[in-house]
Amino acid sequence: MTETYRVALAGNPNTGKSTLFNALTGLKQHTGNWAGKTVTLAEGTLTHKGINYQLIDLPGTYSIFSNSRDEEVARNYIVFEKPDVTLVVVDATSLERNLNLALQILEMTRNVIICINLIDEAEKRGISINERLLTRRLGVPVIKISARNKTGFPLLLDTIERLAEGKLVCEPARITYDKDIEIKIASLEPFVAEMVEDRISSRWVALRLLDGDESLLDELKSRLKVKEGSA
Amino acid sequence: MDKTNCITLFEGKNGDFIQITSMDIEGVMRRRLLDLGFVPGAVVEVVRKSPLGDPIAFRVSQTTIALRREESSKIQGELMNHD
Repeated sequence: MTETYRVALAGNPNTGKSTLFNALTGLKQHTGNWAGKTVTLAEGTLTHKGINYQLIDLPGTYSIFSNSRDEEVARNYIVFEKPDVTLVVVDATSLERNLNLALQILEMTRNVIICINLIDEAEKRGISINERLLTRRLGVPVIKISARNKTGFPLLLDTIERLAEGKLVCEPARITYDKDIEIKIASLEPFVAEMVEDRISSRWVALRLLDGDESLLDELKSRLKVKEGSA
Repeated sequence: MDKTNCITLFEGKNGDFIQITSMDIEGVMRRRLLDLGFVPGAVVEVVRKSPLGDPIAFRVSQTTIALRREESSKIQGELMNHD
């Protein structure tokens, strides 16, 4: 077995995402430049229990709805490059703000692990977090870590492995919108599903189209055209 | 207290707490503000004003964010500090 799994790291700026990245890869990262992209992504490798992983450090963003180039790069990577696992790194001291991005990513992809970082800092401030309740509510593993002190790593690495190998299946909580929106999603989704097949979540694409996300529409058009062009 | 407490964020004074009720902004800017924590129901504190009154710094979801008049005058809320 020489397969390498791809693990993407997403998160708000200043959540210790890069600290985690460096701690996991042992500072062996180099910057990768993705085809057609000018924004560079840091990339590194990690071996755990004989399995190789390629880690990709996505740009830190508050959202993933392509307000900026950074967000577009992060979104395109998660949606179109389809990493085996997406780690969403959140700041334990500012969960409310950070979970916005986490929920957005849960709508895009299933294989997500929420990494609650800076847990030592949160405990110092008297914040306690019930990660089991969060796991139940969100439908994906939620793990408390401190990238700085390297605590919580064994559980994190084992969970990455189980998810990548398909031993653990996530069932992300689905956000239900109000009736009007749900009706429109239901009418759009079959057409979207036909277009993107099962490569991308059709519900998510339908939602983005309803929101008038033209940048995603352009991206979809150009990517689908490339595929059709060869036929 | 018969007087309505509805004001825009722009009309807030330093130290006011305003609970957001609605936003007359569409598109990318709306999305951006939502992502920054300016969501209906959120309580925003007016932290300080620039010398000329624009922009204004707000405390929202543990972070300070400054908004221009163009945006802050389109966000409505209820003034909360009437005790």
